[in-house]
Amino acid sequence: MEVLNEFLKTRGIYTLVMILFFLGVFGMVLSKNYMKKLMAMNVMQVAVIFFYLCFAQKDGAMIPIQNGVTTNPDMYINPLPHGLMLTAIVVSLGTTGVALALLMRIKEIYGSVEETEVLRRASK
Amino acid sequence: MTIIDCRPFLAVAVSMLAALLIAFTGEKHRNVREAWGALAAVTKFGIICSMLPAVLAGDAYEYTLCQITDTLGLTLRTDPAGMIFALLASMLWIPVHFYSIGYMRCNQEGEQTGYFAAFAVCISACMGVAMSANLLTFFFFYELLTLASYPLVLHHRNQEALMAARKYLIYTLISGQLFLVGIIAVYCIAGTVDFKAGGILTIDMAPKWVIQFIFILMIMAGSVKAAVMPLHGWLPAAMVAPTPVSALLHAVAVVKTGVFAVLRIIGFVFGPKLLSQIGLIDLLAWAAALTILISSLMALRQDHLKRRLAFSTIGQLSYIVLGASLLSPMAIKGAYLHLVAHAVMKITLFMCAGAIIARTHRNQISELYGIAKKMPYTMTCFTIASLGIAGIPFFVGFISKWNLALGALQAGKPIFIVVWIASALLAGGYLLPVVQMAFFRKDPQEGIRKYGEHSNCMVIPICCTAILSIILGVIPDAYPHFFRLATMASQAICAGWTGGW
Amino acid sequence: MSIFAHHAPVFIVLLPMTASLLCMLFSRMSRNLGCYIVMASIVGAFASAVSVLQQVVAQGGKAIHYYMGGWQPPIGIEFVLDPLNSCLAVLVTFLSMVISLYARPFVKDEDWLHVGGYYTLFGLLTVGLCGMIITGDVFNLYVYLEIMSLSGYGLIALGGRKSMLAAFRYLLMGTIGASLYLLGVGYMYAITGTLNMADMAQRVAPFMNSPLVAMAIACFIIGFGIKMALFPLHGWQPDAYTFSHPAAAPFIAGLMSKAPAYALIRFMYYIFKVDNPVVHSALNVIGILGIAGMLIGSFMALAQYDLRRMLAYSSVAQIGYIAIGIAMGNVYGFIGAVLHIINHAFMKSALFLVTGGICYRFGEVNIYRLGGLNRKMMFSSVTITLASLSMIGLPPTAGFFSKWYLMLGSYTAHEYIYIPVLVISSLLNAIYFFRIIEQMFVQREASLTEVKPPTTFLGLPWEMVVPIACVGIGVLVLGFCSADIVVNILKLGLPEVFVK
Repeated sequence: MEVLNEFLKTRGIYTLVMILFFLGVFGMVLSKNYMKKLMAMNVMQVAVIFFYLCFAQKDGAMIPIQNGVTTNPDMYINPLPHGLMLTAIVVSLGTTGVALALLMRIKEIYGSVEETEVLRRASK
Repeated sequence: MTIIDCRPFLAVAVSMLAALLIAFTGEKHRNVREAWGALAAVTKFGIICSMLPAVLAGDAYEYTLCQITDTLGLTLRTDPAGMIFALLASMLWIPVHFYSIGYMRCNQEGEQTGYFAAFAVCISACMGVAMSANLLTFFFFYELLTLASYPLVLHHRNQEALMAARKYLIYTLISGQLFLVGIIAVYCIAGTVDFKAGGILTIDMAPKWVIQFIFILMIMAGSVKAAVMPLHGWLPAAMVAPTPVSALLHAVAVVKTGVFAVLRIIGFVFGPKLLSQIGLIDLLAWAAALTILISSLMALRQDHLKRRLAFSTIGQLSYIVLGASLLSPMAIKGAYLHLVAHAVMKITLFMCAGAIIARTHRNQISELYGIAKKMPYTMTCFTIASLGIAGIPFFVGFISKWNLALGALQAGKPIFIVVWIASALLAGGYLLPVVQMAFFRKDPQEGIRKYGEHSNCMVIPICCTAILSIILGVIPDAYPHFFRLATMASQAICAGWTGGW
Repeated sequence: MSIFAHHAPVFIVLLPMTASLLCMLFSRMSRNLGCYIVMASIVGAFASAVSVLQQVVAQGGKAIHYYMGGWQPPIGIEFVLDPLNSCLAVLVTFLSMVISLYARPFVKDEDWLHVGGYYTLFGLLTVGLCGMIITGDVFNLYVYLEIMSLSGYGLIALGGRKSMLAAFRYLLMGTIGASLYLLGVGYMYAITGTLNMADMAQRVAPFMNSPLVAMAIACFIIGFGIKMALFPLHGWQPDAYTFSHPAAAPFIAGLMSKAPAYALIRFMYYIFKVDNPVVHSALNVIGILGIAGMLIGSFMALAQYDLRRMLAYSSVAQIGYIAIGIAMGNVYGFIGAVLHIINHAFMKSALFLVTGGICYRFGEVNIYRLGGLNRKMMFSSVTITLASLSMIGLPPTAGFFSKWYLMLGSYTAHEYIYIPVLVISSLLNAIYFFRIIEQMFVQREASLTEVKPPTTFLGLPWEMVVPIACVGIGVLVLGFCSADIVVNILKLGLPEVFVK
């Protein structure tokens, strides 16, 4: 029990993030529907974002705004990973946008977004 | 003494420039196009000859055009050994060029512009090979020669030519890559790849098996172009090329580059001393000896004239390889002399074969009844060259064979003299029947047979090389002093080494 | 120092970025205006890159640091231009410049949306590649990686019906790669607390044996491996190269896999340093993948009948060359890898440029229907021949020199296995490239329909001939100048590990 508690306290969240990440990869590889692949891709990207947010977390610290109480940097959460992740979110939004546009064209051309169907028509 | 002078590069550049001019002049002005070639040939020979006195005096011209890699330069240097080959190739380009003009026009071949351009590039590469001062420069021109001679083999653009060209590429590219590996290994072991008479490697630089392995790699690369059996397959196949190509490339340029590579590797990379220590050299000697005998026997049963000459070439080239692998001063000198002798004789034979093909459109020896009546000059020259190949005194082949035989004695391996005698007899056996057929048999179909046009452009070069082969046989040290150059080369290689007896 | 020279590093990225973002607007106003602006901006970027390279070489190889907005690293983002970076920046902008000209005939008859869209994406691709090469910040690298990838997906998708699927697949795989890279950056940030490369290199040194670093290295290898089409991760690449827009294919094939390869070099040699066991085993993995890629890529190329597809598989093999160069972990291997990045960019661009030209004129690029091309397009045939010889690695073309350094590297590293692999791979290259040369020069003329009849005597519009000439001659020039490049540029920019 002790070990489990320790594990959950220190590494539990990372394990979950990793599971989420590989669920995403798994979905992208195995699902037969391009839309589902795309959604799995988003799950994977979100897992990376979680990962950054997790290691930026600090016990008993507050958001980094100057409130006049303290200037001790130990009292603040590191804002950098959050800032990075804003960028990453924008990037993932862009990726999703491009992917959706491509998917629409695929649907237009092949009449389907099912992998087997598309491949069958593409090989013709 | 080393003189910094860009003349070696000029010699290379002249025919490269000629190739460009030929390509841009094109088929429309064919007299202009061929004039470029002739001009380049004469200029090149002039440039090479202008370097001769200094080389005979023991100096060397050297020039580095640019750096190839961080430590190695594209350097040409004229030492006596390289000078022999450079003189030979540039000298023989002149008759072959005129001969080509006659042959190409008589036969109305296609793609003549490409032909003349590739030919000029080949000669350029040949000059580079002859004068390169280090292995990497050597490799540069060696590969350039492969590439430039590929379109020549492919000249007829038909299925047979395609197959021959593929075979040629397979052999030469594989050997080229192995050569490269060998060069890298030499560079890493010795720290340099500059040719040095007497060798750059020594026995303490690497374990023995490593040196043996490198030697096999590099010799294999040279042997492919020198057509030592069993690596000779491409040469008879490449005979599909037009005859002037066979004449120059398969008697002078390509195959001689191969044997020249063998000579360079033995004399200037490994050196006789190291080779006698690592002990693989007998293997090469026996391979060459067997090649001489087998190819002569195979030549006996060829009815196609050019194929017979091709097998004869294979045998004669192995003379040179054998001479080099005996590692004694006289044998190496003989090898260099035979490089010259064989080129002069074989180019005459090939040009005669070409003239016969151009006039009678016949390739088979059994169809050559009595053609000497129609082509007396050509067949006389053929006879002279045949006697030379057989090693009769007062023809050019005799001097070199004599030196080779002395070299075998000097090396303490007299058994190889038997090989030479046997092969001389066989050479007589496969070439003299052609002469007999041409001079003494009556043509059963006389009067019916049609002959092509007669071209002085072809006959005169043939006579020139035939006369040359007699002159060099009677006065071996006639200008341009091949004999003295060969002596200098073998002395430099064997300095402090007497050949083990 | 003039203001231009001072700000030149940022102009490399800033000019094309501004121009491509404004491109659509200008295209709306006048169909060709946007395209001219992007082209002009790329010329500007090329000039800046050359100026930077000059400055760096003039300083004897001391890197130029450009701080964005004047913020000092490690807080601010910096561009670092050492000789290596600036040399590659010149390469990218040069190829981008000629290929942007090359694309003109392809989009000439399109409406403003297509012209503008094409050049926007093209400009952004240039931005992404240059940014990836010159940035000194790992997260910034991620952003440029994504700019490059997204515009790349767009350019591939412009190729026509079949390209949609190729682009979508590439997008999925590419995103996995980018996410893995981001994950790796996360680990590195967690360990070192910095994003600046130079800073990270110092701070990571004590932690080199921690499993986190190993994890990060694995993430980087897989992430960049996907982006650079390293052997088992190359699944997206043949389709993407085959179906991409024919005008963009030279750029995509020539450079899109090179920038990630260079990023991998920077992580391995500049941040992690190659002299410790963890990196060493990582390099071995890269080496094995490289060997497999060289052999399998070459064999796959033998089996293709579409010229573009064959070239794509040959790229897999060539990336293997770069990979083994990285894997050797010594000076010569490093030089070989970087030189091969440069040389292969030129060779592959040349091949794809000509392929695009054939495609433009005849609408198909079947290998077995190239007969008699030397009569129709003499100039292009010569270029293909030159580039092919370079791919095989025959002197004096560029490809020989990278092979020479790679062989030298494997000999000095005592990893002899690479030598026979290099030999076999060159011979396989010889087989499939001489097949093309034979087809072009020897076989009977194929009956091809002329989609766009020739307007000039060279068989292609001059906008296409000039780039083909530039890159074709470039292959030879790179060959003759390779010693200069190595001595004057690459050797000045060697990573610290080799200098001491």
